[in-house]
Amino acid sequence: MKTKTVKPRAAAKPHRITKLWQLRLYVMDTTPKSQTALANLKQFCETHLKGIYRITVIDLLKQPQLAKGDQILAIPTVVRQLPKPVRTIIGNLSDIEHLLVGLDLRPAV
Amino acid sequence: MKNNGSKSSAKKKLLPKCPTGIQGLDEITSGGLPRGRPTLVCGGAGCGKTLLAAEFLVRGAVQFDEPGVLMAFEETEKELTANVASLGFDLEGLVRRKKIVVDYVHIERSEVQESGEYDLEGLFVRLGHAIDSIGAKRVVLDTLEVLFASLPNEAILRSELRRLFRWLKEKGVTAVITAERGRESLTRHGLEEYVSDCVILLDHRVNDQIATRHLRVVKYRGALHGTNEFPFLIGNDGISVLPITSLSLNHKVSGERIATGIPRLDAMLGGKGFFRGSSILLTGTPGTGKTIVSANFAQAAARRGERVLFFSFEESPDQIIRNMHSIGLRLEPLVKKGLLRFHSARPSLYGLEMHLATMFKEIATFNPQVVIIDPITSLMDSGTNSENKGMITRLIDHLKGGQITSLFTSLTQGGHALQQSEAAMSSLMDSWLLLQDFEGNGERNRVLYVLKARGMAHSNQIREFLISDRGIDLVDAYIGPSGVLTGSARAAQGALEKAAVLAGQQEAARLKREVERKRAAIERQISGLRSDYEGESAELRRIAEQVGTSTLMLTTERTASGILRQADAKVVVHARSRAKNGKENP
Repeated sequence: MKTKTVKPRAAAKPHRITKLWQLRLYVMDTTPKSQTALANLKQFCETHLKGIYRITVIDLLKQPQLAKGDQILAIPTVVRQLPKPVRTIIGNLSDIEHLLVGLDLRPAV
Repeated sequence: MKNNGSKSSAKKKLLPKCPTGIQGLDEITSGGLPRGRPTLVCGGAGCGKTLLAAEFLVRGAVQFDEPGVLMAFEETEKELTANVASLGFDLEGLVRRKKIVVDYVHIERSEVQESGEYDLEGLFVRLGHAIDSIGAKRVVLDTLEVLFASLPNEAILRSELRRLFRWLKEKGVTAVITAERGRESLTRHGLEEYVSDCVILLDHRVNDQIATRHLRVVKYRGALHGTNEFPFLIGNDGISVLPITSLSLNHKVSGERIATGIPRLDAMLGGKGFFRGSSILLTGTPGTGKTIVSANFAQAAARRGERVLFFSFEESPDQIIRNMHSIGLRLEPLVKKGLLRFHSARPSLYGLEMHLATMFKEIATFNPQVVIIDPITSLMDSGTNSENKGMITRLIDHLKGGQITSLFTSLTQGGHALQQSEAAMSSLMDSWLLLQDFEGNGERNRVLYVLKARGMAHSNQIREFLISDRGIDLVDAYIGPSGVLTGSARAAQGALEKAAVLAGQQEAARLKREVERKRAAIERQISGLRSDYEGESAELRRIAEQVGTSTLMLTTERTASGILRQADAKVVVHARSRAKNGKENP
């Protein structure tokens, strides 16, 4: 019984982790604010999603038309394209707790 | 208003204006919204904020060649396109021709997580991109306040909004920002704090279960503006504000006269009927025949080949046709020919503004020469006094502008002073006919008279108004020392008069006969006397003759006896003179 119950759990965990995380970071120019956000995101991903994430940085100064697609209002914004559902986090990502909740990595308290 | 206009034109160098193209709004603001500045349009739910903003954009793109950006926070592009299509705006086509950009901004609070600081540069980028892509001059943000619900951090939002409005000004675009009405402030989130150049308040009030929209320019920095509340309509061709002050009084007038369909009534109006393009009021208590006179007028016009539009607020078209049939008016062939059109609606169906809008639309599509509104009073129940006057002024103005003759019937409640109850309306009317009841002798009789007819000689007399199965007839009412008599009283009076005349005639004949008889009698007397006289004179003559003969005989006898007696001549002469004396003194 024990092994049986452990096995699926063990199988489930690697399956979830192996899922690729696609993250888009919308920034505006290479301002310090944007730099901070990118640094925070990278650090977060290294901690929680090591090896299974991909970050795309979109500079709206260069590609303003892309803002419409993901309904971007605030800068910076992180959009989790994968896994579904799409999640949006706005801000410079300095608040790790909220980021974890926002990305469904921890249930909201 | 004229004064204001000249003042504002002097100020134009200081404050350029951006015409909205919205009917009436440019008159109120003497030229439009402040160019290059944001304008706040606030109001409760469903009072037309989005439509006003959309019309501002569409008219800008179509009429003034000013492309625009519509940033929608509440409705998607599809919804917006569908909504404004009902006003006849082809948003899709304008988007295709790159005259308008619609950007739907959607942000769901539940899907967004905050983490650290942020700003709304994304919004700026989108807006900037949209403006630059078509060279927009106008921007609409509808409704920005949604952001207060979707973004949790109000402090950031407020500072960003302040920045946004400054940025819009720098961009030089004329912006319209819509906002929900707040309980105590103009807007729920105090947006008026940021937009202080021009604030327009829209309102949707319900009076007696009927809603009317109002518009008011609360604030217009640096320009004079109409401060009143103006009713406005959302019709099929967009919004139209009804500023009574902007109505002009310079219609072209026609000298042509048109018959009323009742010859006797034409005779009362100088023999020719009403002026074309004039407004006619027909007031009367219930059941005095207002609809019948209107239907007659309609029939006469349609028979001349004119198009007649009949707005009925009490009866359905079929009912009118049936009822008029009973008095010999056949309206259905005219309806079939397309010369007569009925439009029936219950007054309480919708507000005054909608009625007016529908009527304008009907008038525009049918293009009539004669418009009949039966009755205007039930329509007026749906608004307040000033609204009604405004509406009727507007309507009459519109009709006169198009040289359309208009006939309004008006129901007067029994017991009201006839003239007083219509005071608001009568000054707008060129002619006024009054239908009235006269009660007496156990019957009710209708009379008609012309109370006023501008610009034409008209009869001052009361006519009795008869309705039979052959139509309307006007007869002279009996007006005498005992008052105005109608109906059977008039007939009775007529009979009385006839009898009196007959009696007089008989008396005269009798007198004549009497005189004749007397004359004959006198003549008879005269002839009697004459015969008497003749008899006597004959007697006299006879006596005289007798005397003569006897004298002669006497003389001859004496002569003979003298001769016989041989008397001397002296004796003879003597005897002759004695005889003469004796004859003279018998």
